[in-house]
Amino acid sequence: MKTLRAALVFALLLAAGAVAHAVEPSEVLADPALEARARDLSSELRCLVCQNESIDDSDATLAHDIRVLIRERISKGESNDAIRAFLVSRYGDFILLKPPFEPDTLLLWLSAPLTLALGALGIWAAMRRPRQPTPALSADEEARLAALARDGESLPPSRGKAPRGA
Amino acid sequence: MIVEIGHYALVLALAVALVQTIAPLVGAWRGDRALMGVASSAAIGQFALIMVSFGALAWAHMASDFSVLNVAENSHSAVPAIYKLSGIWGNHEGSMLLWVFILAIFGALVAVFGRSLPATLRANALAVQGLIGVAFLLFILLTSNPFERLWPAPFEGRDLNPILQDPGLAIHPPLLYLGYVGFSIVFSFAAAALIEGRIDAAWARFVRPFALVAWCFLTLGVAMGSYWAYYTLGWGGFWFWDPVENASLMPWLAGTAFLHSVAVMEKRDALKVWTIFLAILAFSFSLLGTFLVRSGVLTSVHAFASDPRRGVFILAILALFIAGSLALFAWRAPLLKQGGLFAPISREGALVLNNLLLTTTCAAVFFGTLYPLALEQVTGAKITVGAPFFNMTAGVLLLGVFFVTPFGFSLAWKRGDLLGVAQRLSLALAAGFLVFVALIAVVRGGPVLAPIGAGLAIFVIVGSLSEVAARVWRKGASLSVAFARARGLPLSFWGGALAHMGAGVALLGLAATGFGAETIATMRVGVPLTVGPYEAVIDSVGERAVANYDEVVATMTIRSHGQTVAVIEPARRQFPARQMATTQAGIATLDFGQVYVAVGDPNADGTVPTRLYWKPLVTLIWLGACMMALGGAFSLTDRRLRFGAPVRAKSAATAAALAAR
Repeated sequence: MKTLRAALVFALLLAAGAVAHAVEPSEVLADPALEARARDLSSELRCLVCQNESIDDSDATLAHDIRVLIRERISKGESNDAIRAFLVSRYGDFILLKPPFEPDTLLLWLSAPLTLALGALGIWAAMRRPRQPTPALSADEEARLAALARDGESLPPSRGKAPRGA
Repeated sequence: MIVEIGHYALVLALAVALVQTIAPLVGAWRGDRALMGVASSAAIGQFALIMVSFGALAWAHMASDFSVLNVAENSHSAVPAIYKLSGIWGNHEGSMLLWVFILAIFGALVAVFGRSLPATLRANALAVQGLIGVAFLLFILLTSNPFERLWPAPFEGRDLNPILQDPGLAIHPPLLYLGYVGFSIVFSFAAAALIEGRIDAAWARFVRPFALVAWCFLTLGVAMGSYWAYYTLGWGGFWFWDPVENASLMPWLAGTAFLHSVAVMEKRDALKVWTIFLAILAFSFSLLGTFLVRSGVLTSVHAFASDPRRGVFILAILALFIAGSLALFAWRAPLLKQGGLFAPISREGALVLNNLLLTTTCAAVFFGTLYPLALEQVTGAKITVGAPFFNMTAGVLLLGVFFVTPFGFSLAWKRGDLLGVAQRLSLALAAGFLVFVALIAVVRGGPVLAPIGAGLAIFVIVGSLSEVAARVWRKGASLSVAFARARGLPLSFWGGALAHMGAGVALLGLAATGFGAETIATMRVGVPLTVGPYEAVIDSVGERAVANYDEVVATMTIRSHGQTVAVIEPARRQFPARQMATTQAGIATLDFGQVYVAVGDPNADGTVPTRLYWKPLVTLIWLGACMMALGGAFSLTDRRLRFGAPVRAKSAATAAALAAR
């Protein structure tokens, strides 16, 4: 938490050992439509040596290599799905920023809806629960209340002490 | 010598913290006032001792005493004074010392301002606070001693990490820690209430200012961290759903929920058990954040150390406090009496919905952050949970929170009139919908999230304003009456209105990122390039040597319709001591948007690889966060939340009445 984001760059530099830039001018494809596809695709893929950063944003050399690879394959006419499948076969699901929906990740994907449902159920149950009426004051409390009321009357209003915290 | 005094003071602080834990607990249990009274003195003593300790480390850093390992590894005689100072917490050991220092500050504040509290409540709360101190002081002394000596002392330090040589480091960690650790007070009071088995509106009234302070600082800390990332990363990203960012977001979400539910408790005596639970949750997430960062378990770059001993130690602290408090909760919470009935359609009802959505968001962030870790432990499979997942879960839930906000803010307590509120919000609803439709028409088939966000943002902003108008303005009333009414509204109402508006403003800034432009190209000096509505041209490229780094600077003019609107200097910095380079973005703030330029190392032919971005309304993200924090500060200054204030307020009113006669 210390250094928050900034230190990311530090890790990139350490991990990559070399300084590059996220999407360099030399990488950009001439055809804007193809380039847009490449950008879309690379924003879904994780830079493997960074923390939760997409290869589109990353400075790491590895991210640069994958960006170039994606653009080569797009230029050859491969579909986004084919390229994604190729990268998953090479690096595993780890490269996908959006985890696939499969048995392993079922709980992950259902965590939010389940929490919401359980919470709503809890609230519903709590609202339905019959409430016990506020209990009457005990004799002791009655006495304290009477004492407080008496004090309040006997003191001048400007100096009166508010019974707080009790 | 000074360094040794600092170390010794820390050991003494541990001893005092132990006393602070044990004596008041025993005192509260036996009803012994003298023993309970020890709590306050011990809390103040602990604060003084840790201040001495922190001062000693600060001295070592300012004086560049390289015989101290911590200084030698994280400082350099040539760095400017501000980075010598912020270098204190720019490393694991020092940042933990800052952590306990802030913990002690909050403890001392309770000791000083809590005199009007019931003795047992104060004693128990300070005891729990003391226990947190014991745990973290032990952690520092046993595994992360910042006062370790180095012999022979090196002639020069290894320099502070260049990335950290930024004003951001001076501000961001202290803000964040004030937020994180501030929730410890809320936690201590929740635990004390559970130990006593009773809780009431007075509890809420005392805890609320602390929660507000913590929340304001956490809001600023998170926003500051994101802005720091934005200007240092070199492409203008500001949130990555990095585990460590999530670690600061989770306490913020839980804390926001707590602030809302404690308000219900204070006003209506309802939601007690739930409020206590949120108090535990908020601080547990702060501890979890500390664990995630300090243990290195997530191999995040925020972890300065991946010493397993430290990880296990913090895990033990985490388990002790979270499991302990939850056990206490399960055991004692049923004792807390419920009060304050309300209909489902009421302000309370809306706040319950707000709490449900916020905690679900928190759960989504929690699962998203820790699931990959758990899955790898169980099956060995490695997966990534990144931005797309969080946007689909937490993002969508937060949009839901935004939609509910104006309704909750306008509904009456106990039993509300939804139809009436909808009428009152009709202007806001119409404005939001109009913006949404207009933007949909503009993007046409583009991402739908940005128009939805913008529409909701307008709804929240206009909704807050119309609630203010409804409270201030009556048909046919004169301006002076409206002004008098506005002055008569409690500050906490203005705080709420401002904070909600701030949230809307921040959302507007976030939504506007969907309408930015970027140009990536190799630029030649004197040849202009368009980015969004502007034109940029590099006038010159030069080199210069500054204090402890050298930089290559491109001087760039930003023009609009041929008129120069800004001159910026994006640069590449080279730090010789660590052989590292950083990117210094050139940023021109134009209205609320920014032109953001990052340059690479110039090519041999003098051309410069450049990335230019136009980010409309981007500053609203952080301005909105500042508005939220300011709203919190407004609420904080409300009469009701000042101790002893009811007395003064009453006498002032009486005096005024007498004078008027």
